[in-house]
Amino acid sequence: MTDAMDGAEGEAAPLSDVQPGRQEAMAIFARASGKELADAWGAWPDRPDVSPLRGPETGLVMVRGRIGGGGAPFNFGEATVTRATVKLSTGQVGHAHALGADTDKVRHAAIFDALWQDETSRSVVEEKLVGPIRARLEAEDARRRNETAATKVDFFTMVRGED
Amino acid sequence: MYVAVKGGEAAISNAHKLLADRRRGDRSVPAMHIEQIIEQLGLAVDRIMSEGSLYDRELAALAFKQARGDMIEAIFLLRAYRTTLPRFGYSNPIDTGAMLIERRISATYKDLPGGQLLGPTFDYTHRLLDPELMGSDAVEEPQTREGNDARTPRVSEILAHEGLIEDDGDLPDDHQTGDLTREPMEFPMTRDVRLQALSRADEGFLLALGYSTQRGFARSHPFAGEIRIGEVDIEIDVPELGFAVSLGRIRVTECQMINQFKGSAKSPPQFTRGYGLVFGQSERKAMAMSLVDRTLRATELGEDLTAPAQDEEFVISHSDNVQATGFVEHLKLPHYVDFQAELDLVRRMRAEYEQTHDGETPDDDGLEAAQ
Repeated sequence: MTDAMDGAEGEAAPLSDVQPGRQEAMAIFARASGKELADAWGAWPDRPDVSPLRGPETGLVMVRGRIGGGGAPFNFGEATVTRATVKLSTGQVGHAHALGADTDKVRHAAIFDALWQDETSRSVVEEKLVGPIRARLEAEDARRRNETAATKVDFFTMVRGED
Repeated sequence: MYVAVKGGEAAISNAHKLLADRRRGDRSVPAMHIEQIIEQLGLAVDRIMSEGSLYDRELAALAFKQARGDMIEAIFLLRAYRTTLPRFGYSNPIDTGAMLIERRISATYKDLPGGQLLGPTFDYTHRLLDPELMGSDAVEEPQTREGNDARTPRVSEILAHEGLIEDDGDLPDDHQTGDLTREPMEFPMTRDVRLQALSRADEGFLLALGYSTQRGFARSHPFAGEIRIGEVDIEIDVPELGFAVSLGRIRVTECQMINQFKGSAKSPPQFTRGYGLVFGQSERKAMAMSLVDRTLRATELGEDLTAPAQDEEFVISHSDNVQATGFVEHLKLPHYVDFQAELDLVRRMRAEYEQTHDGETPDDDGLEAAQ
């Protein structure tokens, strides 16, 4: 038990300085479409061999809310989640989690998480995949925000009388 | 006495074939795609996810199609499916203040920060049937206006400064968040478990109870402080990574009901609150949930218990439509033996009755008149 925990810490420590970047890339992969990831993997040059370590498997995550919005947590309801862990022939281990039951998408996301950790391929993953998908998601969010903004009520006061 | 216990097999198999045929309907009409249900009957999908207590639009749409549009049957299918899946863990609590807002209104503050955003609402429509939808409906693109991506504080955060409204509900620090999918229900409940039950409760049941409180059965003087609908991020902590990962977003509806409260032995006069949080876009249910959440706090707030909507065991035990339909609908299953036993019992009781009332046979004319 102690050995396993030490091992896990040893693995996690060197990641800490790049963790925010990896965390963000993983969030982008989780929201990517299955096709975006499949196409990118299909077009990837010199694809390393991929061996599955865990999954892909679909299960449940209990989503929590907070009483009143900001109070004590409560269990709100479950969501389907698929997760996968893969190892590349180059040595990196990639993890992925995403809502839904799309196993191919999550396996590809785990591969790209592994490729992101390899310093030689990180910039390509960022440039070819993370950047464009982030741009698409941001554009969709902006469009939705702007559509909602058009339904904002602009109150005005009717002035009656002379003063 | 002989009771048939076998012989239904061929009938059941043929009934299921017939069900499949009737579900499909006229083959010259194109079959519905799951994507069409998700895109065009999205609020039905949302209701199935909410009462099925499982967020997955594809599976909910599939359940809707398989159930021929029977909501409770679809909800049942989704609940049954979830029992086949392993539980990976619990998410970090969602932050509805960071929601990508699609609708947000307040009935208490006209000029609240972030404004009143009507979004895709049925409100203010004239409820006139639109014959154009009988055919293929070409729809204009929506209008747009420059929005902003600033965090939109909940109305409760804005009001909290005055001290006249109670805080978000807290539970003791050592309280373990209850989970009614894991532990049997016990009464009285803590508010966290009650909210979990209410969030998956039948919309019609909550609506009727909420309505009863407005009509005077445990009146709670409510105002819709805020209703917001939109997408929130779901994160889980992954121990092997040592940081939280985002799983994507889900759409939720949140309602903050604000209730005038004259005070009691336990609490000073103030505004109290009821809370509603529901999967998908469903403000009717979120509003009803927040009304019922508030009335179920009667004991906590020292109010007199006078009405059904305040009775926690009554409300929560009967709020789950899968449980309710199971028990109501089981009555149609064969009860031949039970009934034979009861028939025998009633025959004997009748014979005894007639012996003791010898000569006083009921007046035939009177009976007919009563019928």
